[in-house]
Amino acid sequence: MSSRFGRALERRLPLIVVSPLFAASLVFVYGFILWTVWISFTRSRVLPNYEFAGLLQYERLWSTPRWHVALSNLVIFWVLFVVLCLAIGMLLAILLDQRIRIEGVIRTIYLYPMALSFVVTGTVWKWIMNPGLGVERLMQQAGFDSFRFDWLVNPDYAIYAVVIAGVWQSSGYAMALFLAGLRSVDDELLKAAAIDGAGPLRIYARIVLPMMRPVLMSVVIILSHLAIKSFDLVVALTGGGPGYATDMPATFMYAFAFQRSELGLAAASAVMMLMTVIAIIVPYLYSELRRR
Amino acid sequence: MTKFRRLTAVAALLGSVCASNAYAEGTVEVLHWWTSGGEAKAVGELKSAFESQGGMWIDSPIAGGGGDAAMTALRARVVAGNPPTAVQLKGPGIQEWATEGALNDVQAVAAAENWDSVLPPVLAEIMKYDGNYVAAPVNIHRVDWIWASPVALEKAGISEMPTTWAEFNAAAEKLEAAGLVALAHGGQPWQDATVFEDVVLGVGGPDFYRKALVELDADALTSDTMVAAFDQLRILRGFVDDGFSGRDWNLATSMVIRGEAGFQIMGDWAKGEFLAAGLVPGKDFYCIPTPGDGFVMNSDSFTFFKVAGDENLKGQQVLASLIMSPGFQKTFNLAKGSIPARTDVPLDDFDDCAKRSHEDLLKATEAGALVPSMAHEMAIPRSVRGEILDVVTTFFNSDMSSKDATAALAAAIQRAM
Repeated sequence: MSSRFGRALERRLPLIVVSPLFAASLVFVYGFILWTVWISFTRSRVLPNYEFAGLLQYERLWSTPRWHVALSNLVIFWVLFVVLCLAIGMLLAILLDQRIRIEGVIRTIYLYPMALSFVVTGTVWKWIMNPGLGVERLMQQAGFDSFRFDWLVNPDYAIYAVVIAGVWQSSGYAMALFLAGLRSVDDELLKAAAIDGAGPLRIYARIVLPMMRPVLMSVVIILSHLAIKSFDLVVALTGGGPGYATDMPATFMYAFAFQRSELGLAAASAVMMLMTVIAIIVPYLYSELRRR
Repeated sequence: MTKFRRLTAVAALLGSVCASNAYAEGTVEVLHWWTSGGEAKAVGELKSAFESQGGMWIDSPIAGGGGDAAMTALRARVVAGNPPTAVQLKGPGIQEWATEGALNDVQAVAAAENWDSVLPPVLAEIMKYDGNYVAAPVNIHRVDWIWASPVALEKAGISEMPTTWAEFNAAAEKLEAAGLVALAHGGQPWQDATVFEDVVLGVGGPDFYRKALVELDADALTSDTMVAAFDQLRILRGFVDDGFSGRDWNLATSMVIRGEAGFQIMGDWAKGEFLAAGLVPGKDFYCIPTPGDGFVMNSDSFTFFKVAGDENLKGQQVLASLIMSPGFQKTFNLAKGSIPARTDVPLDDFDDCAKRSHEDLLKATEAGALVPSMAHEMAIPRSVRGEILDVVTTFFNSDMSSKDATAALAAAIQRAM
C-alpha cells in the first residue's frame, strides 16, 4: 500500500516540484506580457485604464523624435558593441593561446572588468571621459594643449562613449569564452595541418575558426542580450544625456512609465522592444531546433 | 527680563500642547521622499509636531529617483485600495489624482481656518479640486534666482548687479574675459528647463509666460517672443563651461561658492549649500531675482488621499490643520530654506534672501506677476512637461535654431495632449 503510494509519488515528484515555478512564470512573465500589450492599446496615463483605444499610443510613439533617437542608438550600440567585443576578444584569445608565460595572471586581468557591475563601469568611465577631470585634462596638463576628447559631452559622439565603456567591460568575457573554445581544438589536428604545410594564418582561418562556430554563436547571443537590456550602463554613464542623445529603448520606457505618468505610451514602447527581440530570437531558435 | 520672557514662552508652549491634547488624536501614514539633509529634518519637524498632539504617525519614506520611486509605490497602493493618508505630491499631479477620484477633501478645515485669505490665489487654485481643498502647501520655493559670487564679480570688475538680460550678458562676458566661468550650470534636463523658464519670464513677461507655459497656447509657443527667449538661452549656453554635462546642481553651486564661477541660475534650495559652507547672504554671496519683475513659484504640498475610518479621517484633518499652522510653517521652512506658503507668517528669523523672496511674492501677487513653475511640475501635467524638457534640453545641447525649437515645442505639445 505504502509502497504503491511511494511509487506514485516518485513518478509525479518532478511534476509537483516543477509546477509552482511553471505557474509563477506563466503568471509573472507571460501574464504580464499580455497585460502590457493590452495597456499599450489604451489611453492609460497615471493609472491603468482598460478602455480600448486602438493604435493611438503607437501613433504617438512613432511620432516622438526621442523614440527614433533611442532606436538608432540601440542599433549603433548593439552592432558596435557586439562586433568590437568579438574582434577584441578573439584577438586577445589568439594571442593568449601562444603558450606565453604568466598567462593565468594576464587572463585574470582581462577578465576582471566582468566582475564589476555596469553601474561601477559607468561611473568610472564618466570620470575618465569627463573633459574637466579625465583624459582630456591629463593630456592638456601634460602639454598637449590642443588635445580634445569630449565625446561624453558631445551629443553626436556620446553614444560612442557608451560603446567604449561597454566594450571595456565585456570584451574580456568574450576572450575567456573564445580561449576555452581554442583550447578544445584537438592538437593532433593542428599538427597534421602543420605537416601538410599549412601556415599559422591558414590554420586559424580554415581550421580553428570554423570549429569555433558554436562558441561564436553563444558569445553573440550573450552579448546581444547585454546590449538590448543595457539600462544601468547608460543611466550611470550619461543619464541618457547630453539632452537625450544616449537614450535607449529601455531608458525611454522607464522615463515615460515612471517619470511622466504615460503608462500607455511606455507599454507601447515595451511591446516594440519585445517585437524586436522576437524578430531576432525566433528565426535563430527555428534554425537551431530544426537541425536536431 | 530675558529669563522671564523665556519662562512665559515655555508656559505658553506647554499650554498650547495641553490644549491640543484635549482634541487631537488620529493616525496618519505619510508617504514622502524627503530622506536627506535639510529635507529629512523638515519632515521630522512635521512628525514631532503631529505626535505632540497625541496622534500616531506612520512614516513611509521612499527614497530615490526624485520621487519616481514614490510615485510607483503610490500607484500600486491606490490600485490595491490601500492609499496612504497623505502624500508629498504637488502641482497638476494633484488634479490628475483628483480626477481619478482618489482624493479626500479637507474643505471643512480649510474653511474654518480661512486658508483662502492667507494663501496666494495662484497657489490656492492648485491645491483645490472642484473648489475644495484636497492638498495643503508647506512652502514656497522661488525658482527665478541668480546666485552670485562677490569674489568672482570683483575680479571681473563688476559692481552693479544685472537687472536685464542684456546687462547679464555684458557681465558674463566680463567674467569670461577675466578667465572665470560665467555661468555655473549642470546639464540635466530639469536644470536646462529651470534656466529656460526664467528666461521666458524675463523676455516675455508674466502674461506671456502664462500663455505659453501654463495655457500652452500654440500661437504664443511659436511667437517671435518665444524665438527671442530661445535666442537668449543660446547666449547663456555660450557662458557655460565644457564639463557641464550631467553635473548635479549642487556641484554647480559649489563652483560659485569657491569663486570659480560668477553666476548660477537656480531655485532657492541652492541657498542651503551656501549657508552650509558658512557664507552670509549679502556679504559672501548675493541673491538677486532673474530679470523680469516676476516670481516663478514652486511649492511642495501634501495631498490627502481617500482613506476610510474615523481614526484615519481624524488624523487627516489634524494633519491638514497642522501643516497650515503658522508655527509649523515657520519651523519647517527654517529647516528647508524656503519661505512659508502662508503669507501672514512673520519672517523675523529668516535670512535676507528669504525676506526678499517674501516681499517679492506679495508684490508679484498684487501685480499678477506670480507664475507657477513649469520645470518643477507646478504648471502642467508631467507628460507635457516631459515633452517640453526634451525640446529644451535638445536645444541646449545642440545647434538647433531658435525657430526650429519653437516649431518642435508646438509639435511636442500637440503630441502630449
